[in-house]
Amino acid sequence: MNLDLRIPMGAMFTLVGVILTVFGLATNGNLRLYAPSLGINANLWWGLVLMAFGLTMLALGRRGQKRLEKLPPEPVENGNVRRGH
Amino acid sequence: MLNLTYVDWTIMLLYFVFVLGIGFALKRHMKTSKDFFQAGRALPAWICGLAFISANLGAQEVIGMGASGAKYGLETAHFYGIGAIPAMIFVGVFMMPFYYGSKARSVPEFLRMRFDEKTRALNACSFAVMTVFSSGISMYAMARLMQAIHVFDGLFHALGWAPEGIFTFSIALSAVIVLAYIFLGGLTSAIYNEVLQFFLIIAGFLPLVLLGLRNIGGYEGLKASLPAAYMHMWKGAAHANTNPMGIEIVGLGMGLGFVLSFGYWCTDFLVIQTAMASKNMESARKVPLIAAVPKMFFPFLVILPGLIAIGLPTPRTTTQIRTVNGAIVHEIQVVPPQVAEGRGLVPAKINPVTGKAMLTASGQPLLDYDLATPNMLLHFFPTGILGLGLTALLASFMSGMAGNVTAFNTVFTYDLYQSYIHKGGSDRHYMAVGRWATVGGILLSIATAYAAINFNNIMDTLQLVFSFVNAPLFATFLLGMFWKRATGHAAFSGLIAGTTAAILHHGLTLPLDAHPGIHGGWIAVLHRYPSDMAQNFWTAIFAFSANFILTIVVSYCTAPKPESELVGLVHSLTPKPSRAHIVWWQRPEALAVAVLLVAVVLNIVFY
Repeated sequence: MNLDLRIPMGAMFTLVGVILTVFGLATNGNLRLYAPSLGINANLWWGLVLMAFGLTMLALGRRGQKRLEKLPPEPVENGNVRRGH
Repeated sequence: MLNLTYVDWTIMLLYFVFVLGIGFALKRHMKTSKDFFQAGRALPAWICGLAFISANLGAQEVIGMGASGAKYGLETAHFYGIGAIPAMIFVGVFMMPFYYGSKARSVPEFLRMRFDEKTRALNACSFAVMTVFSSGISMYAMARLMQAIHVFDGLFHALGWAPEGIFTFSIALSAVIVLAYIFLGGLTSAIYNEVLQFFLIIAGFLPLVLLGLRNIGGYEGLKASLPAAYMHMWKGAAHANTNPMGIEIVGLGMGLGFVLSFGYWCTDFLVIQTAMASKNMESARKVPLIAAVPKMFFPFLVILPGLIAIGLPTPRTTTQIRTVNGAIVHEIQVVPPQVAEGRGLVPAKINPVTGKAMLTASGQPLLDYDLATPNMLLHFFPTGILGLGLTALLASFMSGMAGNVTAFNTVFTYDLYQSYIHKGGSDRHYMAVGRWATVGGILLSIATAYAAINFNNIMDTLQLVFSFVNAPLFATFLLGMFWKRATGHAAFSGLIAGTTAAILHHGLTLPLDAHPGIHGGWIAVLHRYPSDMAQNFWTAIFAFSANFILTIVVSYCTAPKPESELVGLVHSLTPKPSRAHIVWWQRPEALAVAVLLVAVVLNIVFY
């Protein structure tokens, strides 16, 4: 399969991370909003974690994609050669 | 009232866009039926491994394990420790060589190769029916939950729609999305999205556990707020009276540890299909083992929220009296009766007629354990991350549905349509049939979900029927793969006998605090079990034993298949593949031993 899953997955988590981080920054210090999460700015912190995860996935996916392009198509067990696009 | 803002909706929408986007991106790769039904047998092991557990990470897992954690405590982790993990190791190390090596395209097809046509037909029919009903149950549970925690109420209010439509809206939303991505990208799409859902569920539930633990005072605080028996897996397991589940060690070990979990993880095409989609034999064998690694730590993610929910203080109606500028102000925080009668964050079930809490036979309020985990989300998450948590919840329902739907379209197309309805069609034709089987499967699921509204007991009844059909399965596969003498007639009669034994056992026994009927005892009550869980486990043990014994007996009375036809299907007749080219620590066996050791350590730490 020539779509490396880590790329869309990385993109999604990076975007979610950015949204949460920005929203967390904008609402930082809003005591009423963060009363349920025990006063912790859960949006900001978890947004940063998800962003880091997303970017790592993106980087790994990009690296994998590059390596895949260099290699000849991998033969599958029944001998059919899958050609890339 | 749940207040969701644009941030929550953006996150949810973003998820839907990516899920559908993956489907569209994969569409151009779908050239043959093998691409569609088997993901081209070309996926890396880690993707299949994560999809392997994610296919099971549906509603039963996320909501059910939280509920069970709240009800029975840490003993629920047995579903992992002696349930899933050993079974996953077994299927990877011992059974996958035959599933993958036989080149069977589905589990029923393997049964035809190993036994005969009628065994396959029996298994394919019952399996196809069960997958459709399971995905319908999943859909119903999701729509009910969306209603119960008022996710779409705000949206409906803003759009001026009648709130009665929320149930239909939830069902339509999940059906359309799951249908679209499977229709476009087949099993690959389902697997990719299951991996996405896997990470999303972690992203949504890990902060919940962290916040919950922090609130209750860490693990020690959780221990202090719960009865001692709640926090042990093994202590008290020797006798039924000394553990919350009411099961003694034999029923637990044999019923759950051997029959039920091996039956599920080793024979259910819902999970096996993801392993069979991987790119070669070594990967296929590693898939369940890779899956076992995160699976071991899932109790922390899905059971702990339930435990924390029951351990937190129950909200009470409070009156604060303050004086403001000389005037006395009474500030009353009113807590609705279902919350006040509950325990911790787990609400009581309210009788809709009297408005009072429903009581169990012993006079305790009946708790709605299924709301334990969702209520935790609502309790701890502020808007923003709440959108992420709710999206994770939706994702878990959809991954369970999607796995069922892809399993259904494969079994329907290969094992029913191609075998009995239309032989010898073109590959393109079968791929089209698979796509339309997806549509049909989802329509039938929707019908099941609506039937569940009108017939209260339909969910319990269906689950009961599944357990009758599934319980004996493992004996058939065990004998089929490891005993070359087992014959087709024997396998068929064994399966029937196993299911009959399960029905009879259920009809003759009853859990202690239940009335004869759906819970058992509808023939006569010969024996009473301390809990319904114990009854389930023993039903499985009886079904398995009946199948096992009858298959052996009938095998000796019937002619065996010639050994030449069983090469690659039975252990003793399959040549060991050479693994000299793989370093020892990269072999599946090494991974299996490592997983097993960690599982044992976890069991000792939380004994």
